[in-house]
Amino acid sequence: MRIHPLKAVLSVIWASLLTVPAWSQDTIKIGVTEPLTGAFAASGNYVVQGAKIAEDEINANGGVLGKKIQLIIEDNKSNPTEAVNTVEKLIVKDKVPVIMGAWSSTLTLAVMPKMMEYKVPLLVETSSSGKITTSGNPYVFRISPTSAMEAVAFKDLLPKLKIKKADFLNTNNDFGIGSAAEYSKMLKANGVKIGVLETMDPKATDFSAQLTRIKASGGDALFVTTAVEQNTLILKQAKELGLKTRVITTGGSNSPDQLIAQAGAAADGSYHTVFFPPWFPDTVKNPAVAKRYMAEWKKRGYEPGGLTEGFRGYDGIYTIVEAIKKAGKADPAAIKDALWKITVHGVYGDISFKKQGPAGAESGQNTPTVYLVEIKNGKVVNPF
Amino acid sequence: MDQLLQHVVNALIIGGTYALLGIGLTLIFGIMRVVNFTHGELYAFGAYMMYAWVMLLGVNFIAALVIAVALGVALGALIELVLLRRLRGADIDTTMLVMIGAWIAMQNTEQLAWSGVAKSINTPFPADPLVLGPISVSWTRVFVFVVAIILIAATYALIQKTKLGKAMRATFQDREAAALMGIQIDTIHTATFAIGSGLAAAAGTLLGPVFVVYPTIGDSASLKAFAIVILGGLGSIPGATVGGFILAFVEEIGAGYISSGYRDAMGFLLIILILIVKPTGLFAQKERIG
Repeated sequence: MRIHPLKAVLSVIWASLLTVPAWSQDTIKIGVTEPLTGAFAASGNYVVQGAKIAEDEINANGGVLGKKIQLIIEDNKSNPTEAVNTVEKLIVKDKVPVIMGAWSSTLTLAVMPKMMEYKVPLLVETSSSGKITTSGNPYVFRISPTSAMEAVAFKDLLPKLKIKKADFLNTNNDFGIGSAAEYSKMLKANGVKIGVLETMDPKATDFSAQLTRIKASGGDALFVTTAVEQNTLILKQAKELGLKTRVITTGGSNSPDQLIAQAGAAADGSYHTVFFPPWFPDTVKNPAVAKRYMAEWKKRGYEPGGLTEGFRGYDGIYTIVEAIKKAGKADPAAIKDALWKITVHGVYGDISFKKQGPAGAESGQNTPTVYLVEIKNGKVVNPF
Repeated sequence: MDQLLQHVVNALIIGGTYALLGIGLTLIFGIMRVVNFTHGELYAFGAYMMYAWVMLLGVNFIAALVIAVALGVALGALIELVLLRRLRGADIDTTMLVMIGAWIAMQNTEQLAWSGVAKSINTPFPADPLVLGPISVSWTRVFVFVVAIILIAATYALIQKTKLGKAMRATFQDREAAALMGIQIDTIHTATFAIGSGLAAAAGTLLGPVFVVYPTIGDSASLKAFAIVILGGLGSIPGATVGGFILAFVEEIGAGYISSGYRDAMGFLLIILILIVKPTGLFAQKERIG
C-alpha cells in the first residue's frame, strides 16, 4: 500500500499525540514485509503462511511475556520502493519493535537503511546476497545462508557431480549476481571451466536467446539462480530448445515440488539446493520441529510445494519471539541485544548469530545446512 | 551459424505475437485517437480466461482459445460502451487518464480474483520439441506462430476486404466526412475497440500456456505494444506488423550476440534511433488534419 504523503504526516502527528508506547498494549506486534504480489508472489505467500503457523502455535502456548503476538503483514509487491514504504508504515504507524522480511536480496537491501534510521532490528529470513550482512548495518540478523556459504557447501559435492564446464544464467539483481559470482569463483578454484555467464530481467518470461547461447557453449552443468517462477520457465524452455545440460538451481527458493507440478517432465534430471528437505525430514538437525511444522502445513491444506519456503517464515517468527522473551520487553534495542544471545531449535537447524561485517557495526549471520536434491521421474530424491 | 538459425526461429515466433499486440493497439489509436492503457490488461484477461477454461473447467484447448478471444472482444466492446462512448469529443488527456484508471482497476481485480501466485496452463501438444537439424522448437510455439499469422492475415482481410473495414478506413481518414456519408461512427468505434481488444486477448491466450500467468504480465505486454506502435508509426497496421518482428529480432539478436542483460534495453535503443531519423515512425500514414 502506498502511503499518501498527507496521510503519512497525519499519522506521525497522531502517533506523537499518543503518550503510551504501542508496545505496552495487550498484544506484541511483529512486522512482516513480504512480496505477496508481483514477480516473487508465490514464495512471499509461502513465507507468510509459515509465519502464521508459528504465530498460532506460539499464541496457543500462551504467547510471550504473558501477551499474545500479532503479525502485521504488509505486501511489498516485489518492488523495492514499496518495500521501503511498508517498513516505514510498520514502524511509524504500527509501532512494531521488530520486523521480518523482505524475501529478495534487492528488497532487503532497500529497507536496511530504514532499520538503521529508526533503530529497529530486521530479521532476514530468505535473502542470500553477501552484501546484506557485510555492509555494516548492526540491525540486520539473517537466518538464511549467504551465497558464499552455499557455494562452500556445494564444493564438497563437486567430486560426485563431476562437472567439467559450467554455464550460468542468473536473474539480474543482487541475489542472482551475488550467487553467480560466488559459485563461479568456487568452481574456478576447483578446476571447473566457466562457459558463458548470462543474465535475465527478474520479470522476463522468455529466455530463448540466453538458452540458445548456453546450448552453443556446451557446458555439462547450468547453474540457474532465480525464484521458482523463472526456474519453471527455464526448465520448460531448456527442454524445448533441446538443451541436454544438467540444470542446477541455487538459492534455495526453487520449490522442487512446484517445479514438478508446473514444469512436468522438463524438471527431470535437474538438481536444486534447498535449506530444508521436507522429503527426508529425519535427516535434519531438529526432526521433531520439522515434522510439527510439516504436519500443520498439511493440516491447513497449503501447497506442498511451498514447504521449502514456508519454513523460513516459521523459523523467523520463532527466532523473533525467542529474542523478545530473552529481552523481557518488546523494545527494539532490547530485542536487538537479545538476538545475539539466543539459540533457537528451528527447521533451519540450531539458529544462532555470529558477527559478520565491519568491526563495531556487525550484522548477525546464522549458519544453516545446505542440501542438494535431484528430481528423478517426477520425484524428489537424494542424488547420492 | 547453427546458433544464428535458432535465434532467427526464436525471433520469428515471438515476433508473431508482438505483431498481434501492436496491431490491436495501433488500430485503436488510429481510428479512435485513444491511447489504450488497458491493452496489457486485455492480454492478461485472455491468458487468465485460458487458465479458467482449460485448467478449471476442463474445456478442450482449441475451444477454450475461441471462447477466451470471444470474451476478450466482448470485454473490449463493454469498455468502449461504458467508458469511451461518453468521452467522445473529450480531449486526449482526459481519455488517457480514464484509461490509466481502468488499467489500474483491472489489474487489481485480476489480483483479487486470481491471487498473486503464478498459474500454469497445460497444452495438448507433445512435450518433446520439434527438432530440425540444429534447430529445436516446441510444438506449442509452432502452434502459437501459426495462429498468430492466421489472425494477422484475418485482420488485414477484415480491414481491406469487408464493408466494415472500408468504413473503419474511412473513419480513420476523416471522421466528419465519414459520418456525413452515413457511416455509423458509434458502431465503428465499438467494433474497433472490440477487435483491438480481441487481438490483445488473443496474444494472451497464445502466450499464457507458453509462459506462466500472473496479474502483472499485462505491464510488459503493454510496454512492448507501445514500443512496437511507436516504432512502426502511430495508426499504421503494416507498421505494427513489421515493428513487431523488428523488435523481436533486435531483442533476440542483441541478447544472443551482445548482452542478455540488456535484452529489453535493445528494443528501446532502436526506437530512439528510429525516432531520431524518422520522427513519425517507420510507416506513418498521412492524415488529413482539420
